[in-house]
Amino acid sequence: MTVSEHAELLSVEALSVEIDTGQRVRPVDALNLLIAPGQTVALLGESGCGKSMTALALMRLLPAGGRIAGGAVRYHGNDVLSLPEARMRQVRGGGMAMIFQEPSTSLNPVMTVYHQIEEVLSRHRGLSGALARAEATRLLSAVGIPDAERRLDEYPFQFSGGMKQRAMIAMALAGNPDLLIADEPTTALDVTLQSQVLDVLAELQRSRRMGMLLITHDLGVVARMAHSVAVMYAGELIETGARNAFFGAPLHPYSRKLFAALPTPAGRLRPLETLAGMVPRLDQTFAGCRFAPRCPSAMAHCAERRPAWYDVEGRQVRCHLYDPALPAQAVPPPQVRDDALGATRVAAEPLLEVSDLKVHFPVRKGVLKRITGQVKAVDGISLTLTPGKTLALVGESGCGKTTAGKALMQLVRPTAGSVKLSGVEQTGRRGGALQDLRRQVQMVFQDPFASLNPRMRIGDILEEGMAALKTAGNAQERSRRVDALLARVGLDSAMRDRYPHAFSGGQRQRIALARALAVSPKVIVCDEPTSALDVSVQAQILNLMRDVQRSEQLAYLFITHNIAVVDYLADEVAVMYLGRIVEQGDREQVLRQPRHPYTRTLLDAVLSATPSDAHAAVSQVEISLPSPLNPPTGCHFHPRCAKADDRCRSDYPEVTRFDGGGYVRCHYPAVN
Amino acid sequence: MWAYLVRRLLYALPILMGVNLLTFALFFVVNTPDDMARMQLGVKRVTPEAIERWKVERGYDKPLFFNESAEGGGQLTDTVFFDKSLRMFVFDFGAADDGRDIAREIQQRMGPSLAIALPTFVLGLFVTVSFALMLVFFRATPLDFWGVVMCVAMMSISSLFYIIGGQWLISKVWHLVPISGYGGGLDAPRFLALPVVLGVIGGIGSSTRWYRTIFLEEISRDYVRTARAKGVSELTVLFRHVLKNAMIPILTGVVVVIPLLFMGSLIIESFFGIPGLGSYTIDAIQAQDFAVVRAMVFIGSVLYIVGLILTDLSYTLVDPRVRFE
Repeated sequence: MTVSEHAELLSVEALSVEIDTGQRVRPVDALNLLIAPGQTVALLGESGCGKSMTALALMRLLPAGGRIAGGAVRYHGNDVLSLPEARMRQVRGGGMAMIFQEPSTSLNPVMTVYHQIEEVLSRHRGLSGALARAEATRLLSAVGIPDAERRLDEYPFQFSGGMKQRAMIAMALAGNPDLLIADEPTTALDVTLQSQVLDVLAELQRSRRMGMLLITHDLGVVARMAHSVAVMYAGELIETGARNAFFGAPLHPYSRKLFAALPTPAGRLRPLETLAGMVPRLDQTFAGCRFAPRCPSAMAHCAERRPAWYDVEGRQVRCHLYDPALPAQAVPPPQVRDDALGATRVAAEPLLEVSDLKVHFPVRKGVLKRITGQVKAVDGISLTLTPGKTLALVGESGCGKTTAGKALMQLVRPTAGSVKLSGVEQTGRRGGALQDLRRQVQMVFQDPFASLNPRMRIGDILEEGMAALKTAGNAQERSRRVDALLARVGLDSAMRDRYPHAFSGGQRQRIALARALAVSPKVIVCDEPTSALDVSVQAQILNLMRDVQRSEQLAYLFITHNIAVVDYLADEVAVMYLGRIVEQGDREQVLRQPRHPYTRTLLDAVLSATPSDAHAAVSQVEISLPSPLNPPTGCHFHPRCAKADDRCRSDYPEVTRFDGGGYVRCHYPAVN
Repeated sequence: MWAYLVRRLLYALPILMGVNLLTFALFFVVNTPDDMARMQLGVKRVTPEAIERWKVERGYDKPLFFNESAEGGGQLTDTVFFDKSLRMFVFDFGAADDGRDIAREIQQRMGPSLAIALPTFVLGLFVTVSFALMLVFFRATPLDFWGVVMCVAMMSISSLFYIIGGQWLISKVWHLVPISGYGGGLDAPRFLALPVVLGVIGGIGSSTRWYRTIFLEEISRDYVRTARAKGVSELTVLFRHVLKNAMIPILTGVVVVIPLLFMGSLIIESFFGIPGLGSYTIDAIQAQDFAVVRAMVFIGSVLYIVGLILTDLSYTLVDPRVRFE
C-alpha cells in the first residue's frame, strides 16, 4: 500500500444505517465522504436528516436497534467496520474522537474534570500520576480555560456552559486523535460563547492538522469553519463542494431554500421563503428524488427517476436540473412575494406599560432559613408595548429575560414595579382580577414539545382558554372558533381531534400560537418561539407571526437571543444584561449603531452566513455571565468591558438618552 | 451542614409527637384500660377490684386525654396520655405490663435482631446489585429476558413460602441446620444461616428489577455515550460511570432502612424463634401490651427519621452537586 493510496484520513463509501423500530428505517443511505488531514468537512442538514446517525456510525456507537447495513468506512486505509471490538476501542478516542452537542449532559456529573480527561490519557497514551496531571493541565489551558491546574479538580456542574464544552474538547483531544467528529458542538451555547468555542476548535484543528467532520444545521457555523460542505437531506447527500463556491451559488434547490429561509435585514418585513410540506419519512423506499415533492423546480420525471451525481465546476450535486442529457433548464430565481409592509403605521396609544419591574428571589440560609441575600433576576426594567409593534428583548441566557416576561404576565409575582394594561394597574391582583390581563396578554413558549399537554386533543387545548375566560359564548361558537383558528395558522381543521405527539415541531408551534390567539389577545409575549426549530420551519413561523400581527394589530414582546430574527422582525430592541436593560432604542439604531459595549459584544458574536475564516487567537479569556446573586460592583458589565475604568467599577451608570427615544446605561457610550 | 442537621432534628420533634398521639389514639380506640387489665390478669382472677388495682398500679386510672376534675393545666397534664408520653421523649420507656423493664429487654434483644438483619442487608445488597449489573451487561439478550422473568416470579411468591419451604427442605429433609431457635457465640452461625439466606432470597426479585431499571436509565444517558467514545471498555463504563451515578437513586431507598435494621424483622424472627425485637413487637401486639407497642413504634419512628437524615447526608458523598449550606 503506498502512501498516496490513503492520503485521505477517512473515506466513507456507500455507508447505510438501518434502525429497527417495528418498521425498518434507513436514516443514512449510501453516503460517501472524504476527509483529508487538516481539512474540515461540514455535514449540513436539518434535524432528522441523519447527520448524527452518520457520526455515530463512523464511531460504531449506534444506539440499540441501529446497525450498519452496508458500505465501508476506511480510516487510514483500514476498514473500521470490520475491526474487532477491542481494536475499535483503540480507534475510538485514540484515532477518532468525538464532541457532542449538549455539554451539560455529555460529561459525567459525578466525576471530576481531571478524572474524565485522565481516563483518556491512561487508556490511549499510558500516562498516569504526575505526567497525566501535567498533560491534563496543558490540555485544559490549550482550550482556553484559565487557572487550569485548580479547575481540573472541579466537577462539571461548577463549569459554565462554554467551559463545559471546552473541557469536552480537551477530553476529545487527550488521546491525540487525528480525526475529530464534532456533532453540533455549539448549538446549545449562547452566541457569545459559540464564536469563542468555534475559534478554539478551528485553532486546535489547524495547529494539530486534524481532520474534522463538523455536523451542524447552522449555515453561519459552516461559513466560519468549513473547507468543504456536504448537504444532507432525508438520509442522503444531495450536494458536496468547496465552501466558497457553495456559499457563492448553492446548486441544489434544497440548499438554495436553506439560504432563502434565513431572516436577513435586507428582506425585512417581506415574507421569508419557506418549504412546502415536510421531510419525508425514512421508512419507505424512494423511487425518485427525495426532495421532489417539496421542490419548486421539480420536473415530471423527478418523482420517478432517482437523480445521479452530476459534476458542476468541481462540485457534485444530485439533481436532475444538472443532467447534461436533458435540455438546459433555467433554474428559476427564488420568487419573492413582495408585500412588504408600508411604513404607514399609526402611532398608537401604549397598550402595556411596564415600569421599574423587579423580581427578586430570596436566598435563605441557616437553621431558621433567614433571608441572607437576593437573586435580582429582574432589577428594574421599563418597557412599553404599542399595538402592531414588536419589541425585542435580547440577552444571553441567564440575564433574566424569561423571568421578565413571566413577571409581566403575573405568572411570577413581581417584587416591585408596575404593569399597566391600557392604563389599569395589574400588579398585586390575584385570581379573578387577573382575567382581564389573561385575556389581553398571552404567551408562546420556547419548546413546543414541552408546552402542549400531551394528553389533550388539539381542539381541547385551543378551547380551554376560551372556556376559562368566557370569551366565545357557547360550545358551538367555541368549536367554530377552533376551526377558524386552525385555518388561521395554516392547519387543517380535521386535525383538532389529534394529540400533540402527532405533529412536528413547526406544527406544534403553530398550535401554540393558535392557542395564544384563541382569546383574541392584544399582546403576545413570545419566549424564544423559534429557537427549537429548524431554519426552514423558523421561516414559516416568522411569516405566520408577521401575518397575524398585521391583521390583528398585535403587540409582540419577542424574547430571544437570536439577533438575525430580531433584525428581521423587531421595531424596537431592548438589550438586557444581568436583570437590567442596558440599551434600548429603534432596531436600526441599536443594531447598526450600538452604543453599549455589551450590545457590541453580542452583535460581534453573530455568525453570518458569509464565508470568513475563524479568528486566530485562542487567547481571549471567556468571562461568563456573573451570578445575579453577587453582581459586580458598579457597572455590571465592567469585568467583560475593554473600556472599563475606576468609575465603571464603582458606579452603576445612569441613563443617557438620545434623540429618537433610545437610551443607554454606560459611562462611555459609543458616539456615532 | 450543622445548621441543616439542627433544623432537621427540630423538625423531628413535631413528627414524633404526632406519631405518639396517633399510636395512643389508635390503641385506645380498640382497647380500654379495663380490657388490658382483663387480658393481663387472665379470665379467672378478674374481679372489679382486681381490675381497679391493676389500673392504679400501672397508672391507667386517670382519664385518657382530658381530666375534668383537675385544675388549670392539670386538666391536660394529669392524664394517662401526658404521663406516658413525657418520659418517652427522654427514652425512659418504663416497665411492660407484665412488669419487666422495657429498656433492658430492648438491650438484650437488639443483638439477635442485628445478627439476622445486618448480614441479610449487606449480603442482599451485594447480591441484588451484582445480579442487576449482570442483567444490564447482557441487556437485550435471552439472559436478560429470563433473568427478568425469574425476578417477576420471585417477587410474586410470598416470602412465607420461602421460609416454610426452606425450613422444610434444608432443616427437615436435609438436616443441615436447626429448624429454629437461637444460640450465642460459636453456635450462632448454625442458627443464623437459614434465616439470612431466606431473607436475601425473598428480596432478590423486587430489588434486582428496581436496580436494573435504574442502571438501564443511566446507561442510556449522554455521558455514557461520551465514555464509550473515549474507547473505554463496556465493563469500565458499567463500573466507573454507570454504577456511581446510579448510586444516587439507589441510596434513597437503601440508606433509610439502615437504622431500622435494629428493629429486626417481624416475620423472620417469629418463624425462626429468634429472641429479637421483631418477635418482641409481635408478642406485645398479641398480648395488648400497650407500653411495649408504644415504645417500639416510637423507637421505629426515631430510627426512620435518623434514616432519612442519613439519606440526605449520604447524597453529599456520592453527588458532588449536593452540598448543605
